[in-house]
Amino acid sequence: MSRRPFVRPVSRTHWYFKHPRYLRYMSREVTCVFIGAFALLLLCAVERLSEGQAAYESFLAAITGPWSTLGLSVVWIFAVHNAISWFNVTPKALPVQIGEGFLPGRFIVAAHYAAWILISLAVLFFAGVL
Amino acid sequence: MAKSNKPIVWSLFAAGGTLAAMLAPVLVLLFLLAAMGHAPGLLSYAQLYAFAAHPLGKLFLLTVIALFLWHAAHRLRVALHDFGLRQDRFVAVIVYFVAATGTALSVLYLARI
Repeated sequence: MSRRPFVRPVSRTHWYFKHPRYLRYMSREVTCVFIGAFALLLLCAVERLSEGQAAYESFLAAITGPWSTLGLSVVWIFAVHNAISWFNVTPKALPVQIGEGFLPGRFIVAAHYAAWILISLAVLFFAGVL
Repeated sequence: MAKSNKPIVWSLFAAGGTLAAMLAPVLVLLFLLAAMGHAPGLLSYAQLYAFAAHPLGKLFLLTVIALFLWHAAHRLRVALHDFGLRQDRFVAVIVYFVAATGTALSVLYLARI
């Protein structure tokens, strides 16, 4: 073994700017911040709901407005980014074996997209949007 | 064999990620409509209360909140390592504590409805 091994200097905090692939990886990882923030918003909604009608309606009024529209739009973009990137790796996570071979990945991805669309439409219908 | 809690947190991460992929965009959209002043019927007090009062509604809300939180907690732990924060044990304690507290609070609040 060399006494002076070559160690490529890698920044601990900026390495993901070195290649677009690293940046795409990090963009998928940071979606969790927005999923977590939305879970906390849901928790707030449930807490206000348990306090009664006046408390819940003041919560609804508090999240109405341009700033929450902007914030929730950003959350929505990251939620969609998480969904698309999650579905696109499903053939790696859930390979379906048929006899000796495997079901082509595009069918597994397509099945997830179909389920996503159906579930989203069902929720919109149930919520009274459609 | 060394004991590890990785399978537990990883399964919560994966389940939460799948649930978030399927449901987060449409659920965020409902709140986005409310933010724009067009709150969907489900987000009105009467309808959401009736939904949360039903055992299946409670189960849905608890599952969504808890799994989203555990998914985010585990992924944030890994992401913070990638961002250069190497105090993994400290980070793990904080993020899992927040997820566990959020889970417990959602049980508490839903029990009151």
